[in-house]
Amino acid sequence: MLDMLLPSIVDGLLIGVVYGLVAMGLTLIFGIMNVINLAHGPIIALGMFGVYLLFTNTGVNPYLGLLIVAGGGLIFGVIMYFVAVHRVLNAPHLASLLSTFAVNMIIIGAGTVVFSTNFRNVDFSLGAVTFGPVTTTGARVAAAVVALLVTAALYLFLRRTRLGKNIRAVANNRKSAELMGIPSSRVLAISFGIGAMLAAVSGGLLATIQPFTILSGGVYELKSFVIVVLGGLGNPVGALAGGLILGLIEGIVPVFMKTTWVPVLEFALFVLILLVRPQGLFGARQ
Amino acid sequence: MSAWRQPGLWLPLLLVAAAAIWPAFGNNASLRETIFTMLMSVALASSLNILLGYTGYVNFGSIVFFGLGGYLGFYTVSALGWHLLLAVPIGGVAAATLALLLGSAVLRLRGAYFALATIGINEAMKALVINLDFLGGPTGMNLNFSIYQEYGGPAQALWLTYWALAVITLLVIVVSYLVKKSKFGLGLMAIREDEDAAEVMGVVAPRAKTTAYVISAFFPGLIGVLFFFKNGIIEPESAFRLHLSVELLVMVMLGGAGTVLGPVLGAAFYQRLRGLLLTSELFKNTQLVVAGVLLLLIVLFIPAGAVGWLRHRFAPLRRLLE
Repeated sequence: MLDMLLPSIVDGLLIGVVYGLVAMGLTLIFGIMNVINLAHGPIIALGMFGVYLLFTNTGVNPYLGLLIVAGGGLIFGVIMYFVAVHRVLNAPHLASLLSTFAVNMIIIGAGTVVFSTNFRNVDFSLGAVTFGPVTTTGARVAAAVVALLVTAALYLFLRRTRLGKNIRAVANNRKSAELMGIPSSRVLAISFGIGAMLAAVSGGLLATIQPFTILSGGVYELKSFVIVVLGGLGNPVGALAGGLILGLIEGIVPVFMKTTWVPVLEFALFVLILLVRPQGLFGARQ
Repeated sequence: MSAWRQPGLWLPLLLVAAAAIWPAFGNNASLRETIFTMLMSVALASSLNILLGYTGYVNFGSIVFFGLGGYLGFYTVSALGWHLLLAVPIGGVAAATLALLLGSAVLRLRGAYFALATIGINEAMKALVINLDFLGGPTGMNLNFSIYQEYGGPAQALWLTYWALAVITLLVIVVSYLVKKSKFGLGLMAIREDEDAAEVMGVVAPRAKTTAYVISAFFPGLIGVLFFFKNGIIEPESAFRLHLSVELLVMVMLGGAGTVLGPVLGAAFYQRLRGLLLTSELFKNTQLVVAGVLLLLIVLFIPAGAVGWLRHRFAPLRRLLE
């Protein structure tokens, strides 16, 4: 039993770190402007295709391609903020849910025409890695390492830089931040851009470990909902913890029962946490 | 009853009844299919509107009731061999029961948290059904053709389904109107504007919200049975399709949330537009893009929807359009 459990736990932890990054953009945007970005999944899918197209057409190393995808994600996010989010920021929740979902429909509609819904994969191998009794692929280890680096960079950015502090100030109290001379619209646009960038980068990482279609983002969007609720909506560090929990569930549960029960457990847990601890497993009561 | 003399009630009823009778002339089966989809959207959107428009709770997973009702109704027809008209109320009661059980817990959540929870409920139910072998698991269930004999052949069975849907759609509109005009409905709208203030004014918010939730779940449960009986096949992916839920939200927004006529017009317009886009050479592949752009424009510039905008703009219409 144990020799079966150990590889599952390692695999679960590795993918869990990536899941944390997948959800981080969603939770960051919610934390700062109280908007649930329903275009999160399609942006993840665009990140997948970014890395895939750069690698397949121009031979760019996927991990280098991530940098370009990150830049593209940032620009996309800023544009999306001004087109679809800015006007509905103070409207009821339904407005921002629907406007971001409209962007979702546009990306999926256009993406389906351009890329069809065939499976793609990034044909780039980093070989196998062995730690003691456990063997896994190099791509998974690399994905987890990159995800941890990005998380650390985000943390330092939010804590130590002037722009990061401005973002936290706007998240905390937009009116007071404006009175202190912080240009809140610009800060919000950049925050949204960073959220989209994180989603795109996480998509790029996922593309290096498994095949995908333009619709794959939807699956990860749903996973992100579970993760952000586990970790507390609006809490980027909580997302990492939520991702690890989800990764462990996906790693360990199939050892004991059929894989198809995993989503049942995930979503039941999701609804339960929302009901019992809406602030997340680690959040303080507000 | 005086309600029948109000244009706010009979205008939508008349519109729906006229559309529903249309395919009966000349026994037109393809037209019947088109109107079936349209009526179904009208009824589902109007049910959603009771929670979304009147109460202000964004239900992103309203399709779970449609799927659950559809599954249980399908099971009673195909496995137990019951008559369709008996299976329909079973689907409705099942959906309403789920809403009653979940309601008091889920409706404590507000805003985005509620929306997320409804998505979670839908996904959990879909994942659960995939694991239930007696409901056919991931591949779902098929209807045996011999079942139609009880109804005098497939054609008769399809017409029966159609008329049942037409009656339910009219019923939904009547209920939607009565709720809006009742004291209960006023309580819901007070909750929408400010839940805490409504409670202070004596609205028992948890009970009112749960009742609205149950009503808005009951009708989709009924309709699910009819829809999947007509299709002859039910699968988890088609029964709990989150996308359809969102399309319903779009329809309600198009026509005007919180109005009786709005969801009717919104649903009819949306389905007509979708039909046109799907058959046009230019937009056949990009219909999702067009729908997305349209949705974005409406949310950004006419958030009150068509009926809301008309009521706001032309005061005399307020007596006509509810």
